[in-house]
Amino acid sequence: MAMIKLENINKNFGDLHVLKNVNLEVQEGEKLVIIGPSGSGKSTTVRCMNFLEVPTSGRVLIDGQEMTEKNQRRIVREKISMVFQQFNLYPHLTVLRNLTLAPTKLHGMSEQEAEDLAYHYLDVVGLRDKAHVYPPALSGGQQQRIAIARALCCKTPIILFDEPTSALDPETIQEVLDVMVRLAHENNITMVVVTHEMGFARQVADRIVFMEDGRIIEEGTPEHFFTSPDSPRVKEFLGKIIR
Amino acid sequence: MSGLFSAASWETVWKYRSTFLLGFGNTLLTAALGILLALALGAVFGLMAAGDKPVLRAVARVYVEFIQNTPVLLQLCFIYYALAFSGHSIGIIPTGIIALGIYHGAYMSEVFRAGIEAVPKGQFEAARSQGFTYFEEMWYIILPQTIKIILPPMVNQIVNLMKNTSCLYLIGGSDLISLTYSFVTGATTGGAYAPAYLVCGALFFLMCYPLSRLAGSWEKQLKRREAMTAAVRTK
Repeated sequence: MAMIKLENINKNFGDLHVLKNVNLEVQEGEKLVIIGPSGSGKSTTVRCMNFLEVPTSGRVLIDGQEMTEKNQRRIVREKISMVFQQFNLYPHLTVLRNLTLAPTKLHGMSEQEAEDLAYHYLDVVGLRDKAHVYPPALSGGQQQRIAIARALCCKTPIILFDEPTSALDPETIQEVLDVMVRLAHENNITMVVVTHEMGFARQVADRIVFMEDGRIIEEGTPEHFFTSPDSPRVKEFLGKIIR
Repeated sequence: MSGLFSAASWETVWKYRSTFLLGFGNTLLTAALGILLALALGAVFGLMAAGDKPVLRAVARVYVEFIQNTPVLLQLCFIYYALAFSGHSIGIIPTGIIALGIYHGAYMSEVFRAGIEAVPKGQFEAARSQGFTYFEEMWYIILPQTIKIILPPMVNQIVNLMKNTSCLYLIGGSDLISLTYSFVTGATTGGAYAPAYLVCGALFFLMCYPLSRLAGSWEKQLKRREAMTAAVRTK
């Protein structure tokens, strides 16, 4: 069974038809990368997967369960975490508290368990020494690594990444990508990543989806994409973006 | 003029000091409970106004506009006489607590709303993406971030509410202002205008000034923490 299934998803913002009948399946443990020009609906697609955007029509199924506005919270809590372009760490809480808040308040973990888990993932992202720092004191790259650790602390099978490196200084992009590549080796995590980092896509994607104008134009393996894409539009896009 | 501050008039004030203390106590009581009510109303209507339910937003809007655009004296009299004529009189101080609570609640509501709206959208999304309920999200994530923004205007409202206890005069109150006025116009105590009003003013100052100072130092503390965070970052 697909871990994530989008069925005939349409999304309108007022008169703007942002997603046009999007159908997409993501298998358990799959690393899916969504690429495409800005304004093509990539982010909206990912945001529909956890109902940050509620689709105008169509169905979202997570692990076989249809998501509704009523059960959104429960499904998200159990199944889906998200990493944002702007990190969105809680600035009034220390790094450690950012990591333990949801586990203790939502997942019934004791403070001790949650802290052990938090330190474990701080080690994974290489920022154990920042546990007691407030997020605004960290660089963008560090904040994003903490945000990834925060997502991991919820132990959800799915992690969504919405342009995780787009707001970063060039010199800190790599440290975040390195963490994500390491994560991609975890077989049981389903990753959906919206990104412009073609190197990352080529390296970790099981499958790449190309979107334009609210539609999925093409999908396939990285090999297919970077060597012989079918659509001239994809060729043109890749030609522009790969330096 | 020399009679204004005569020893005799100070003596009269001292002799009747219990009057002033009674007024002081009544004003403090009215203010304290009024503040609690105003905070509660402000929180509820502020959350409604900052939420995404159109009906609740409209209700909050009507409350705020209606209360802010009519005089508090009118509201106080309205509540007092409406209760009195319907046979449900609850006494002057409770009426004052309710009227002042409702009046300042409208302003508090705007303070809460502005505070919540100043928190970046990403914070709400992060909370929602982790599966927090609305109230958990507000309590753990949004409201703590609004404190720095809402603290100064909130203390402002609290100080205003304390001073507005003087409105109780209109419905025959026993607050500090009303009692001071009765005192200086009273048959046996009359005439001691200057000392009486000075004492009254001093008592009000005693109530309000510490609060203003407290708010100021909180604000400074929060700003200092922020500056330290920024300093660490530039290292």
